[in-house]
Parts: sequence; C-alpha cells; structure tokens
Amino acid sequence: MSAIVLLLLGLGGMAAGYLFYSRFIATRIYKLDPNFRTPAHEFEDGVDFVPTNRFVLWGHHFTSVAGAAPIVGPAIAVIWGWLPAFLWVVFGTIFFAGVHDSGALWASVRNRAKSVGALTGEVVGRRARTVFMIVIFLVLLMVNAVFGVVIAKLLINNPGAVVPVWGAIAVALVIGQLIYRRVIGLGVVSVVGVIALYSLIYVGPQVPVELPEQVMGLSANASWILLLFGYAAIASLLPVWVLLQPRDYINGLQLFVGLILLYGAVLIGNPKVVAPMINHDVPAGTPSLLPLLFVTIACGAISGFHGLVASGTSSKQLDKEPDARFVGYFGAVGEGALALAAIIAATAGFATLADWQAVYTAFGDGSLTAFVNGGANILAGGTGMDVGVAATLLTVMAALFAGTTMDTGLRLQRYIFQEWGEIYQQKWLTRPLPATLLAVASCLLLAFGAGGADGSGGLLIWPLFGTTNQLLAGLTLLVITIMLVKRGRPAIYTLAPLVFLLVMTLYALLIQLKSFYDKSDWFLLGLDLVVLVAALLVTLECAAALKRAFNAPPERI
Amino acid sequence: MPGKTRLFFRRLGELGAQYYNAPYRAAIARAKRDEEDLFMLLVFAEMMGVPNPAAWSTLELQPLLMDRFHDWHTRMGMERSPLDHFRCC
Repeated sequence: MSAIVLLLLGLGGMAAGYLFYSRFIATRIYKLDPNFRTPAHEFEDGVDFVPTNRFVLWGHHFTSVAGAAPIVGPAIAVIWGWLPAFLWVVFGTIFFAGVHDSGALWASVRNRAKSVGALTGEVVGRRARTVFMIVIFLVLLMVNAVFGVVIAKLLINNPGAVVPVWGAIAVALVIGQLIYRRVIGLGVVSVVGVIALYSLIYVGPQVPVELPEQVMGLSANASWILLLFGYAAIASLLPVWVLLQPRDYINGLQLFVGLILLYGAVLIGNPKVVAPMINHDVPAGTPSLLPLLFVTIACGAISGFHGLVASGTSSKQLDKEPDARFVGYFGAVGEGALALAAIIAATAGFATLADWQAVYTAFGDGSLTAFVNGGANILAGGTGMDVGVAATLLTVMAALFAGTTMDTGLRLQRYIFQEWGEIYQQKWLTRPLPATLLAVASCLLLAFGAGGADGSGGLLIWPLFGTTNQLLAGLTLLVITIMLVKRGRPAIYTLAPLVFLLVMTLYALLIQLKSFYDKSDWFLLGLDLVVLVAALLVTLECAAALKRAFNAPPERI
Repeated sequence: MPGKTRLFFRRLGELGAQYYNAPYRAAIARAKRDEEDLFMLLVFAEMMGVPNPAAWSTLELQPLLMDRFHDWHTRMGMERSPLDHFRCC
C-alpha cells in the first residue's frame, strides 16, 4: 500500500467534508448569518474584542489547537493497524471535530463570546459548571504529566536534539526582546529566528548531550522530567511576551514548515505502508480496539480542548459569523491533517514489518519515538536529508509543541489554584509562586506515581487523558445541542456525536478500571475512578438537561 | 519594487504583526496598566505622605495625569479620591 494513496484519500475526505458537510452544517443547522453583529464589533475594545481577519484568526486557532497531542495519540493507536486510526481520524474530523469546533464558536458568538465554562453554567446549570471545572483541571494535570514524560523520552532517545530543543528557548528569548523593544521588524526577525533554529538543528547531532545514568539515585529519564518541570514552572511565571509569545510564534512557523516537509517528502519518496491494515497480532496486554481507539486518539479526531480555545479567545475576534465555518471547521481539518501525517510517519516510515513490530512491542510504546524515527526515514527518503538531522528536526518540532503546551498548561493550573485560594480564603494560595509549586507538585506526583521512580511509564495515563478530553468535548456538544433544541432545529448532528462519545468514554473507563485492578495498580485505579465519577456526572447532567430542553416548547430566538 | 508588490508585502507584514500580537493583546495591556499604576503611585506619592526625592519633577506631571486619576484610584480599591485637597468625584 502506497502512502500517497493514504494521504490523498485522507486529505480528499477531509476536504470534501469541509466543502460539503460543513456548508450544510453552517447554513442549515447553525444558520450562520453574515448580518449578525458579532461580539468583536459589539464590544470592540482594541484588547479582547477585535474584529480580526479570518486567515489570521484561523492561523491562531489552528496553531493553538494543534500541538503534540494529535501526534502522540495516532502514533500510539496505529498499534491496532493503520486502518482503524485512519478511519477514526478522517471521519472524526469530518463529523465530530469540525462540527464541535465551529459549533463552539457559534455558541459562544451567540452568547456574547462567553467561554464554554460560563455557557455550561448558563445553558445547562450551575452543577454542570462545577463538573466542568473539575474536568478541565484533570485534563491540564494529565496533559502536563504526560508531556513531561514524553519530552524526557524524546531527549534520551535522540541526544542530538538536546542542544536545539533548549537552544530554541534562547532563540525565542532573543526574538521576544527584539520584537518587544521594536529593534527590527517582524519579517526580518522571523527569517533570522528560523535560520537560527535550523542551524541549531543542523549542529545538534554533532554535539549530543546525554545526562549521566544516575544522579543522586535518579535515572536520566527522571532527571529530565524534573528539569523540564523546573523549566516550565519558571516559564509560566514570566510575563507572556518574554518567552511564551515568541515561542508560540516559532511553533506556528515550525508547524507549517514541518507539515509541508512531511507531506512533500511523502509525495516525492512515495514510501510503502509496512504496518498491517488491521493488526491481528497485537502485543500481549494491548487493550481491545473498541472502545480504546476512541479515547487514545482524542486530538485529531475530536478534542474538548478546542472548545476552550474557540470559545475563550477566537469567538471574541470573529469578524463575521460565517467565518466560524472557516476558522472552526477548517481549523479542525488542519489538525486532522497533522494527525494523518503522524499516522503515515508511524506506519510507512519503517523498512519492513519486522522493524515496525520491533517498535510497537507494547501498548503505549511507539508514540512520539515512532513518529520521529518513522518521519525521519520518510524525510530522508524524500528530500535526501541526513537521517540524523531529520530525526532532530522532528524531535525539536514535537518537543517544542509539547513544551509550550506544558508552560501554558501550568499557567492555567496556577490560575485555577489561585482561584481556589480566593474561594476558600487561603491567602497564601493566591500568590503566584505557591500556586505554581503546587501545580508542579501535582503533575510530578502523577508522572512518577503512574510510571514508577524513573517516570518511564507515564504514558499509561494517555488513554485517561483522552477520556477526560472527550468528556470536555461532550459538555460543549451538550451546550450546542441544547441551543439547537431551543431554536427548534434538528439536533441529531450534535446529539449523535455526543451520545457516541459518552458511551465510548464510559466503556473505556470501565475496561481500564478492570485492567488497573488486574495489575493491582491502585494509583491509576484511583485516578480512573475520579474520571469515572466525573464522566457519570456529565452523563447525568446531559440526560437531565436534554430532557428539560426537549420538553420545553421551542423558543423564538 | 512595483507598487502592487510593495502593497502586497506591506499587507502581509500587517497580517503577520496581527498574527504575532493578537493572542496576547489582553495580557500585554494588563502588564502595561500595572506599570502605569506604579508610575501613578510614584507621581502622587508625596501627596499621600510618602517621601519622594523626585517630587520636584513629578509635581510637573500631575496636571498631565489628572485625567487618569479617577480610574486609577478606583482600580486601587479606593472609591473616593484619597487626597483631601483635590477631589475628582
């Protein structure tokens, strides 16, 4: 099977989804109205509410939702073979993610650009809002812990990437200062920044850095995790323009460069997909495809995190309501394209089936390492780049995405702790430093608690992360569905994905509960129970809210 | 460069700057406001009994900053003007 066929089928499917299905959803279901006065115009203040060009807005939306998660999920899920992952990413993007993302934008724009959290409180009820806060906290906690573990693994796997990964931070610091102090224009800075970054990537493999195997009784992996969280804690306390803003910008450029290179290399090199279509011979201990596939790939098929971005920030800048289709739906298509690239890299980047099987030896193995190694082979085959440099390039790309998510995630966790400090009148907790330390401690507890003293098993919580992320998506879909029912419009296009997600999430949580019990992994069992309780609460809220909405006569809105 | 191309690049630069700045507008506006609040405190320090060695220079700035004075003291949690000898509300 040629990878080009996979690429064309996938991109073609998603493009058709955008051209036809999204038009249907936008005009017949959400009824996006070009004459509706969006909050960006109604409350224009030059700061939060600014009517923004839709291409710029799409660029943000896409780069803030597409990070390491749509790479990790698919790169783990191809263990069941390429077909299930491929189908879920393509159909998930068309019927789930696109509808969810553009719907979140629409719902927010129609409600004075409020965030999904606030909307849940208003449309569904106050109890649901509390559940929403808990789910968000769990998502952030897990994503930080997992990404710490993932980057540590990448750095050990490819010592040549250590210099460029940390060097990129220096590049971002310099760029940030140059732009903030208006020394030179953005165009020049971008070119200089990209050249500096890629020279680091080129130099990296010649100066590999490896941590000693044991430092004060800690393995190299554990030391990297501690270092990464130390970095993220400091970064999250800095003003945004110092590091986060220029880093985000570089990541955005990297994302486009990376996608173009990978897709270009596939088209030129035409690698063969060596992984089986459906893997009948999965390694022992691999959970069953149904329902785990649907929580292993969250970002890339549907992800609740998008709703947060769509409703919190993008909706305040939407110039015209119909732009929601381009920004939301096409943003989801962009992420689907990244997930597709990850699938191709992790299935077609190996010379033989045996090579592929040597990487996928257990569930959770593979992941970013498979993406980097496979992708590097494809890049080398297609562009003639040195394999070492190609691997470093992809490692840097993945590590930068994950690192930025970590420092944003820690920042958000800190805000949540600070808010709790205010609610419960604990003055010490409202200060940034203690709140950050508490956030870091909770992430470290999870990373090491799940993976043992060397933190190597942290990827075990990946499906749990997927589950919480799907719960978040479920809540957003619930808000959209209720709004549709109240307007007397067909609700099936959001209700069906909602029911599907809830069923798969609950099913996956129960399956995992049993497997953690069998392994006597009490830590993860406890975590699973917490998520399960949240999932049940969400399901009950959904049932109650939908019943209320269907029984009430439709309003004239 | 012909006019059209130059216009295209200028437009591209504008969009790029928007792309860089838009997500952080609010955070930066907040940081700027914090900095200006501190500056207000320095300028009006002497009036509130805080000795200020640069009082001679800051006195000159006071009339220029009067417009912002009301916003500042309300933001600082003082409903009424904290100064006895001049009121703004």
